[in-house]
Amino acid sequence: MSSRIFGSGIRRREDPRLITGSATYTHDIVLPGMVHAVMLRSSHAHARITRIDTEQAKAAPGVLAVYTGADIEGALQPMPCAWLLPDSDLKIAAYPCIASDVVRYTGDIVAVVVAEQPSQGYDALDLIEVDYEPLPSVTDPEAAAADGAPQLHADIEGNQAFHWTVAGGDADAAFAEAEASGVVIKERILQQRLIPNAMEPRGAVAQYSRATGELTLWNTTQNPHILRFLCSVVTGIPEDKLRVIAPEVGGGFGSKIAAYPADFVTVFCSKQLGRPVKWIETRSENYQATTHGRDHVQDVELAATKDGKITGLRCTVHAGMGAYLSTAAPGIPTILHGLMLSGCYTIPALKEDVYGVYTNGVPVEAYRGAGRPEATFMLERLIDMLAGELGMDPADVRRRNFIPKFDDGHKVITTLNYDSGDYPGALDKLLEHTGYAGLRAQQAAGPVNGKYLGLGLSSYVEICGLGPSQVAGAIGFQGGLWESAIVRFHPTGKVHVFIGASPHGQGEETTFAQIVASEIGVSSDDVKIFHGDTDATPMGWGTYGSRTTAVGGAALAVAVRKIRDKAKVLAAHLLEASVDDMEYEDGKFFVKGSPDKAKTIQDIALMANVAWDLPEGMEAGLEASTFYDPPNFVFPYGAHLAVVEVDTATGDVELKGYTALDDCGPQINPTIVEGQVHGGVVQGIGQALWEGAAYDDSGQLVTGSMLDYALPRADRLPPIDVISTVTRSPHHPLGVKGIGEAGTIASTAAVYNAVMDALKPLGVKRVDMPFTPERVWRAIQDAKGA
Amino acid sequence: MKVPVSITINGRVCEHEVEPRTLLVHFIRDLAGLTGTKVGCDTSQCGSCTVLIDGVSAKSCTTLAAQADGAGITTIEGLGDGEQLHPLQESFWNKHGLQCGFCTPGMILASHELLRTNASPSEAEIRHGLEGNLCRCTGYENIVRAVRDAAGAMAQE
Ligand code: FES
Ligand code: FES
Repeated sequence: MSSRIFGSGIRRREDPRLITGSATYTHDIVLPGMVHAVMLRSSHAHARITRIDTEQAKAAPGVLAVYTGADIEGALQPMPCAWLLPDSDLKIAAYPCIASDVVRYTGDIVAVVVAEQPSQGYDALDLIEVDYEPLPSVTDPEAAAADGAPQLHADIEGNQAFHWTVAGGDADAAFAEAEASGVVIKERILQQRLIPNAMEPRGAVAQYSRATGELTLWNTTQNPHILRFLCSVVTGIPEDKLRVIAPEVGGGFGSKIAAYPADFVTVFCSKQLGRPVKWIETRSENYQATTHGRDHVQDVELAATKDGKITGLRCTVHAGMGAYLSTAAPGIPTILHGLMLSGCYTIPALKEDVYGVYTNGVPVEAYRGAGRPEATFMLERLIDMLAGELGMDPADVRRRNFIPKFDDGHKVITTLNYDSGDYPGALDKLLEHTGYAGLRAQQAAGPVNGKYLGLGLSSYVEICGLGPSQVAGAIGFQGGLWESAIVRFHPTGKVHVFIGASPHGQGEETTFAQIVASEIGVSSDDVKIFHGDTDATPMGWGTYGSRTTAVGGAALAVAVRKIRDKAKVLAAHLLEASVDDMEYEDGKFFVKGSPDKAKTIQDIALMANVAWDLPEGMEAGLEASTFYDPPNFVFPYGAHLAVVEVDTATGDVELKGYTALDDCGPQINPTIVEGQVHGGVVQGIGQALWEGAAYDDSGQLVTGSMLDYALPRADRLPPIDVISTVTRSPHHPLGVKGIGEAGTIASTAAVYNAVMDALKPLGVKRVDMPFTPERVWRAIQDAKGA
Repeated sequence: MKVPVSITINGRVCEHEVEPRTLLVHFIRDLAGLTGTKVGCDTSQCGSCTVLIDGVSAKSCTTLAAQADGAGITTIEGLGDGEQLHPLQESFWNKHGLQCGFCTPGMILASHELLRTNASPSEAEIRHGLEGNLCRCTGYENIVRAVRDAAGAMAQE
């Protein structure tokens, strides 16, 4: 069993507590004497606060305290930004936990009420009087960068947070040549602002002990150890007195990476009152204040020869950062975006300018894929446009430009060294599996009842398994990117594993048990995984960037192998043999040729723990720990196909089919991999077809609730077909890559290309996402008129 | 002003004096202490708070506790019989119909309603039946498979 457990789609061990309602999320935590914090958030996108009167609110029933910016002065440091992008003229605006003079987006905290009951807190919010002097606001990143735009931060000219560039080869020469004798394709792409919508809203419970000076903070975080560190910076509570617990966390998708002002305000309240304080955001508050994603205005151009060979890529991106720089924000539209610009293709020259721009919107952070979907989209869109221009099939243009198959490193123009990949192989398998040629023939037969068929391809490669810590330092990330694991065998051969990573729906309690089982021959049922508590687990950098299995899983495998090595020495001692004569198979250690006289790992665990008879110099116990710092990133890849039908009468887009081929290396649990692909694909489809955060001219979020923001629903989706290829990462102990974000990275472009493919015969050239029926219908009408 | 409310939740009578505006979901979570029922939104869109009121599904965030006075409620904690999982719970587990689990209690109870009114739904009927429940993790695919699987299992019982 043990050797086959790697690769087996066993049921998740997380599920029994989740399907019976017995899991504990942050919202479910109740402590003796606990009271509730509610935040008053700015109702203006940009305004000066001229007066705040909290007297009435303080006197309201059940209210214990009301605090404003003046109260936290000196007690809470400004929010730190933890990605100090080098060579970019980075300007970090002061980001107070509670705004005291100017508010800069409609979610800025202005005051906090603490009350015995949440309802009393909400009632009291209405009693706080705030006088605002409205200031001009701007939410569009390009408009915010323009001359004469409203200024958000007095000391930051032109609202420019940073200007980052990436270049390789001579892009200008490539374009000059293409202008003269090839083709140049230009496009303007709006990567709209998205709201991540983890189904569990964010929240915190802070319990401060005045007696000991210790704080326990339960939080809906993807990275409890980073939060502990940042909490110590902001609140001044030393790290050794700080315990952060990520209990059950209900999805994150990037929105639970950042540290947030509300978390630390909750800590402040607990410290002031000496009572446990709970803060849980409402969904509307989540929309208003929990980080958003994307928000790029991209002007892109592609140079190519007349036979479809790409010679250059140039782009200018205005990336909206929102009112302040969130924890990891500067790295998202730059490092995670610009370095992946050449995708799966050989592109000899490229150049990109990224302007990070402050706007009067919610801070923008990582959102599933984080920078990579925005890179994949521009390339995949341009390639389809190039195919259209040259009258080639989009698949052929991709084939013409793919990096050929490689299995141990390939350096691309942006300096990254991809680990392994077979991009042409992935596309070929996808086309064959989906009967692409047949679908094209069906399309060529023309529309049926005014419904046009469209096919959209998207080939992608992503960077994940973040990443070597030395690189993290070089790119300005203010932390390491290794992961850790402690593996402990108990006398009966049962295993406890403590990891620094913090899964929140990805199922690593199961896959990690599978890793242990397959490496050392115990039953996966005998392995328990601990995570998410900074007092109980070793340091780790968190779950994001599809890195938990890639980096944390590697740490675990290395730790278990250390145990195996020690067990082998002990087994040799007990069997009175030389270590060199020992063999290991499926949890058994034996002298070569005598498998019948084996010591099982359980025997060894007992003997190591009782320590009656150890070899000279061997320590008691059977435990190992590892800090695994990866030598390189991993680069999963794949190819997706979307099939749509567009109804020209109504503008309605129906997704008829979707096939995802992904290669994340060997799959530890294919069922979990498939689930990750489903979820990721649907989030990307959501961006193409339905989702988009919108601000009105005065900076009010008009998509302020689930009523106004269209999320994917079961009835609008076809079955998602998931297939795979397997290419090992040459540098990873298990060969695995990552799969959490792959679906999202590929699918938006696939669906977009499919819709544009359907609209091509109608002469429609460009439609902004999402493809609402109205937009599509208008585009069709406009094309008719033209 | 407070009103007395008596609700039988998972077979146990819960009596409390509540403000008239108290929502059923708060009665269940805060007063009865059953936190399996989730709150995912404030506009009655997500379905995380779905429970059964006298056997029929309802969003407990859009129902006042006082409206449910005298009713019998089943939450996710009361769906199995303590020892054994309900076929829907089994199927969600077997078919990997959940990831973070936050939508799951509501999703399972909405599926219960779906199968109560249509014992062998088609794929399209399942998708339509779950359209009032949001899940951000699974893309719904495995939830649909789980419901189909449960329908089969329940038909055999
Ligand atoms: S909590 Fe979202 S519908 Fe009830
Ligand atoms: S499993 Fe996470 S929202 Fe459905």
